[in-house]
This record gives sequence, C-alpha cells and structure tokens, in this order.
Amino acid sequence: MSQVDASILLEVRGLRKHFGDHLVLDSVDLAVPRGSIVSLFGRSGTGKSVFLKCLAGLLAPDAGKIQYDSESLGDVRMRCSYLFQSNALFDSLTARENVALPLEQTTRMGKSEIEQAALRALKSLGLEKFADHFPAQLSGGMQKRLALARALVTQPQMVLFDEPTAGLDPPARAAVFEMIVEYRHQFDFTAVIVTHDVAEALAASDRIALLEEGRIRFEGTSAEFGAADDCIVRSFSDNYVTIRPGFGK
Amino acid sequence: MMRLLQAVGQNSLAAATGVGDFAMFTSRAVAAASVTRHLGRRWVRAVHEQGVRCLPVVAIVGLFAGLVLGLQGYYVLSRFGSEGLLGTFVSLTLTRELAPVLASLMIVGQAGSAIAAEIGIHRTSEQIDALTTMGIDPIGYLITPRLFAALLVFPILTMVFSLVGLAGGYISGSLLLGLDPGVYWSAVHNAIKPSDFRECLLKALVFGVLTISICCHSGFTTHRRVGVAGSRAVSASTTRGVVLASTATLAADYLLTSFLV
Repeated sequence: MSQVDASILLEVRGLRKHFGDHLVLDSVDLAVPRGSIVSLFGRSGTGKSVFLKCLAGLLAPDAGKIQYDSESLGDVRMRCSYLFQSNALFDSLTARENVALPLEQTTRMGKSEIEQAALRALKSLGLEKFADHFPAQLSGGMQKRLALARALVTQPQMVLFDEPTAGLDPPARAAVFEMIVEYRHQFDFTAVIVTHDVAEALAASDRIALLEEGRIRFEGTSAEFGAADDCIVRSFSDNYVTIRPGFGK
Repeated sequence: MMRLLQAVGQNSLAAATGVGDFAMFTSRAVAAASVTRHLGRRWVRAVHEQGVRCLPVVAIVGLFAGLVLGLQGYYVLSRFGSEGLLGTFVSLTLTRELAPVLASLMIVGQAGSAIAAEIGIHRTSEQIDALTTMGIDPIGYLITPRLFAALLVFPILTMVFSLVGLAGGYISGSLLLGLDPGVYWSAVHNAIKPSDFRECLLKALVFGVLTISICCHSGFTTHRRVGVAGSRAVSASTTRGVVLASTATLAADYLLTSFLV
C-alpha cells in the first residue's frame, strides 16, 4: 500500500487528454503542496487550460489519476473553486446574488445566514458598497474580485485560477497577484494558477511548473526556475528577470 | 451512389444520436426536480417569463384567429343556410386544433427564443461551466424550472387563446354580421364536450414539454454548433430552437390528432 503524503493536497499522476488525433496532455504528473501557490507556465496552446479544466472536472481525462487529499474529484467538489478567465459571473444577478449562489444551491444554510456570508465575502474583497450592482456595472478589476469572492465564499481548500490577469493592464495584473497572495493568507487556501505573467507569478508563487508539449518540463521553486539550465525554461525566465522588490512577500 | 448512401447513413446516425441526446437531457431535467434546491422560486420566475410575458401576444393572436374564423365560417356556412352552426364551427376549430397549436407557436416565438438565447449566452460565457465547478447541476438550475413552468403556462395560455378566440368569433359573427348572439353562444355551449376539452389540454401539455425542452436543449448545446462560435453560435442556437420547436409542434399535433380522433 502506497503511503499518503499529508503535505500534498493535490496529486496528479499520468494525466492524458486528447481531442481527436491531437494529444494535448501526455502523462502529466504534478504534486501541489497544501497551502502553497503553484503557477503553471507554458506557451499558448500547450494545454494549460485543458489541464486546469481536468482538475476542476470540466473535462474528463482519457487516462491518469487526480486525487485531492487522497479522494477523487466527485467527493471534494465543494472544497475546490475555479476562477474563470472571463469571470463567468451571472450577468442577471447582482454582486450579492452571485456570491450567495453557491451557498443557496449547495448548502442547507438559512437565508439570513447566506446573506451574511455573502456580505462578509464582499466586504473582505472591498465590494460591500457594490452588493446591489450588476457585474456589468463594475470595472474589470472589481469583476475579478467579485469572481474571487464567489470562489471563496464556500471556504474552499483549493482555488484554480485560469489566467486571472488576462486582458488587464500591467498595474492591474500585479494587483491581482497581490490579491491572491493576500487572500491566500486570509482564507487559507491552496492555489493553482495558469498564467502568462511570469514576473508576477515568480514573485507570488511558492512553486512553478512549466508545461511543454503535453508534459511537465520543469517543476520547482521560483529560485530553481530562475537558475535552471533547460533552454525552454530559460526562454521564459530570461525574458522576465525584473521582479519588483518585496512583491508577494 | 455510395456517397449518397454514406451521406444518408451519416445523417440518420446523427439524427438518432440527437434524438437520444435530447431524450436524455429531458429525462435529466425531470429527474433533477427531486434534488434541486429552491426550485419553487425559480419556477415562479419561469412562469412569469413564459406566462405573463406571452399573455398579450397570445390574447391578440387568439382574438384575430377568432375574428377570421367567425368571418370565414359565416360566409361558408351561409352558402348552405347554416349560419346557426357558426358557434359550433368556431368553438370546435379553436378548442381541438387552433388554440393549442397557435398558442404553442406564439409561446415558442416569444419565450422559447428568449430561453434558447439566454441559455446559449450562459454557455458561451462559461456560466454553465461555473455552475458545474460550484457543485450546482446546471440542468437542475437552468432547465428544470422552465420545463415545469411549461406544464402550467401552456394549458392556461391555450385556454386564454380559446376564450378570446370565441369572443372574436362572436364579434365578427354576431356584432358585425348580425347573427343572433343567443344562437352563437348556445351553439358554442352545445358543441364543446369534455373530451374536446381534454384533447385541448393534453395537446397543450405535450407541446409545452416538447417545445420548451427543445429550446432549452438548443441553448444548452450552443458550444456544439459546428463552424460558428460566440454570438453567432447563440444566434444559430436560437434559430434552431425556434424552428425545431415549431416543426415539432405541428408534427406532434398530427400524431396526437390521429390517435385522439
């Protein structure tokens, strides 16, 4: 019987996924330590989002194993949240209703309890004044925070971020990563981030993984990533050496 | 010849797969009723979306259908000296055929298209995936309330269509063409039997479940539209939903009528 490592929250072994003849993920292995922030890099079209969707159960892998805390995905759905690149907020619901939705539909909490929890989550992310606004009435950054509030309201153990800074300007991108680091401490979750923002991610993450041609080409700390000899890793790290001092700490 | 056979075979397989997929989708929507939370609240909203919003258009079309039936019926029956049967003609035509079919087509045009478009947008903007990641069954949350709302809305709006249509027949037959109102209404009263009423309600129920399921399914499967994406996929899904639901209404009407007559 294999021994379970208690420090590992998510373990992926031999994950394979193909669409038609195109093999996207070819035996991907990854271990995500509990409480860490792991960023996943890779060139466009290398299957990063597909990998994340497999982790979230939105796509069924062709082969391989995904285990959260040694349990299968179906048992832990409520312990894992997903932040979509597009935020995927319900445009016909207010900010408060969007945040309350997962609690209303998946818990036995009372109406006032849900209301309080939703307002608490909005307040934590500085959105309490916008509780009755619709998503379209909020700025891009506020929509991102609202999506994060909805993801965190169920107090998940893990949050999966799919390109959380897509479409944002550089200051806003840094702010999103700062927000992830800050709320990771506040809400105590483990994060897996798919991103192209190497500089910000290197500063904010505990571990880095690089996906190349359907396989994990590199896995290690930010420092190891910066010092790696691998030519593909260097093509990422050499272009992003400037990291703001103190960022993410 | 081989190509033709291949194309026929492929299309037949695709059609059979589509029907199977649709049947599974509808079954899942019905089964989800037992596990979906706060279904009542969303059901009330769906009743408003389908019923209240469609009421004016159903009433207007019902009125004009009755007016035309009264007019045409009066001139045809007067050729045989049978104007007194106008109430019978209008009431049976409306109750057994026109009311369920036209009310259904009107609801499909007004509410069905809106449902297909809304669910299609939910799909393209990843809101359906978001529900899944939150542990919420998207079929139970989005489809089940609308399907169950149709069970109430379609019979009620069909009855509204019939009543307004009878009034339309009275306006053109009695008020405009001079048929005695007592003759008209007594013919209406004598013509409609409980079996006609039951046939009318049965058709309304079947059309309701069929058309709303088709529109929901069309929106829900927007991501499967081949060759289009985004807003064009939503547009294609909406058109497809309305066309399929309208065709299904007429096909189901023929089948039901042939069994019930």
